[in-house]
Amino acid sequence: MSFYHVYQTIRDDDFYPMHDQTSEKDMMTILHKNILTEDDFLRLLSPMAEMYLEQAAQKAHALSLQYFGKTVLLYTPMYLANYCVNRCVYCSFNTQNVIERRQLTYNEIEEEAKAIASTGLKHILILTGECRKTTPVAYIVNAVKRLKKYFDSVGMEIYPLTEEEYKTVINAGVDSLTVYQEVYDETIYDNVHLSGPKKDYKYRLDAPERACRQKIRSVNIGPLLGLNDWRKEIFFTGMHAKYLQKKYPDVDISISLPRIKPHAGTYEARYDVNDQDLVQALMALKLFLPRVGITISTREAPDFRDNLIPLGVVKMSAGVSTEVGGHALEHGSDSQFEISDPRNVNMIKHAILKKGYQPVFKDWMPF
Amino acid sequence: MNQLVIGGKTLQSRLLIGTGKFPDKKIVPEVVEASGTQVVTMALRRVDLDSKEDNLLDYIPKHCTLLPNTSGARNADEAVRIARLARTMGCGNWVKIEVISDNKYLLPDNMETVRATEILAKEGFVVLPYMNPDLMSAKRLVDAGAATVMPLGAPIGTNRGIRTKELIQIIIEEIDIPVVVDAGIGRPSEAAEAMEMGADAVLVNTAIATANSPVHMGKAFHLAVQAGRLAYEAQLGRQSTYGNASSPLTGFLYEGVNS
Ligand code: SF4
Repeated sequence: MSFYHVYQTIRDDDFYPMHDQTSEKDMMTILHKNILTEDDFLRLLSPMAEMYLEQAAQKAHALSLQYFGKTVLLYTPMYLANYCVNRCVYCSFNTQNVIERRQLTYNEIEEEAKAIASTGLKHILILTGECRKTTPVAYIVNAVKRLKKYFDSVGMEIYPLTEEEYKTVINAGVDSLTVYQEVYDETIYDNVHLSGPKKDYKYRLDAPERACRQKIRSVNIGPLLGLNDWRKEIFFTGMHAKYLQKKYPDVDISISLPRIKPHAGTYEARYDVNDQDLVQALMALKLFLPRVGITISTREAPDFRDNLIPLGVVKMSAGVSTEVGGHALEHGSDSQFEISDPRNVNMIKHAILKKGYQPVFKDWMPF
Repeated sequence: MNQLVIGGKTLQSRLLIGTGKFPDKKIVPEVVEASGTQVVTMALRRVDLDSKEDNLLDYIPKHCTLLPNTSGARNADEAVRIARLARTMGCGNWVKIEVISDNKYLLPDNMETVRATEILAKEGFVVLPYMNPDLMSAKRLVDAGAATVMPLGAPIGTNRGIRTKELIQIIIEEIDIPVVVDAGIGRPSEAAEAMEMGADAVLVNTAIATANSPVHMGKAFHLAVQAGRLAYEAQLGRQSTYGNASSPLTGFLYEGVNS
């Protein structure tokens, strides 16, 4: 059994009749319930629910306060390499794009680490493209060992690994894993991943579960919004998170909802996802899965990010560069995508305090 | 008022507070003062000794007893490691055991909690274990050397009040070490209720930390805990499991004894 089996049972559901039939009374009932069903979740994603966004937000705010308090954890990504063998149409690192390719040496990793650690951050997320030749698991393991000297928490957003490999990196000190499915619709998935190992939909879909079985601490999943109708993608994402939460109660599950950003390729988002849509998506997820943490990246603009804090965001990236070596090295590389919030760690820290929330730099330690 | 003694320390205040959810660490001292608390718990995983300005420990007034908690531990071994780390870091020898392997409801794992308590009590820790309100587990915790038991009123952060009232009442009646109601208390009136029931203390985090004014809410809890305790000591709140009939059926046995 894997989430793929669940996906197969819901993939062909026609959500629209359910959306059309959602009444104001349904909405009031849902907003007053403690535990939501999958149907309730679907209704929260309906156009009718747009009218109840404020009420949903009030509830999401209250739930978030209860479970997470007035705190926001800060972290930053560190790009180790941008070599990639895949052809994902939406990404600059796509093997066919002509960009400057780079990979950090272990010493460069330490230099970057020192620069990041000097800002006070204790949580880091390492990223690579998918290239087992230049960035094999052994390279990741060595990088993690070096980074552990500077950071309490090292997360990983790299290509999907085998279960055995997850075990190795977890033993080396990786405590969280981010794997975006990008798009849950299998046909669209096939169309936007033109070639490379990433074409294997199921192998990627099952990656979080392989890590959960190896006792990873936390798992972050999500769709890349813009590749499909967001309402459907959010529904699948919520179902995926619920599945993982239920099957692996000791793993912290969180969700990110990145939107496609300008990059070095020519692909543009097929489906528009505006700010209101994103808020509706976040509110629906929060009400359906109150304990799931929401992460918001610098793909979003400063004001928008700040305004999302009271709505249940518990993790934010800060002081971000999407270039390999972008924190300390003179010659970085081309970036993966354009960021929208260029503020440094200190500025973000103050923005969070201004919202009446506590920026948390350290929320984990290896034990 | 009678005094509360935990781990050999006499406490004037029966309100313990948590620091996990405050909007700003800087208000912790003010909240501590308003709430009159003498025991402050904090997640060790959040303590950052390297950071000059952001070290939570700096904001906890010196007269308070630190109660590092093992939040993040999924089993007894991890809880034990965190407790030892806390002691090495200079956080004293009090520790609140939190072993949670269910990230959805955040319910404690009593079996692992007993195991961690046993190990740590032997090592000289003053162990305050957070638990599901189950009498047999509470007894095992006492045998394991716990300094208190801390049953939950409702799942962490839910602010639903004391939903486990009947079970906590049994623990209060049967257990001879201090009973601290932890988790679930959302309002001062609920803290008063716990105290009226005979709980020795309450631990509050979310309700104070997420109030519009944590300082005022801290004060409100301070007063509520005092009021509840006073009511308990005045024996107004005591409930009996057995009926006290106003015309006793065995009264005839004693009739005339004193006349
Ligand atoms: S999204 Fe990832 S796998 Fe795809 S091209 Fe970019 S770096 Fe490579």
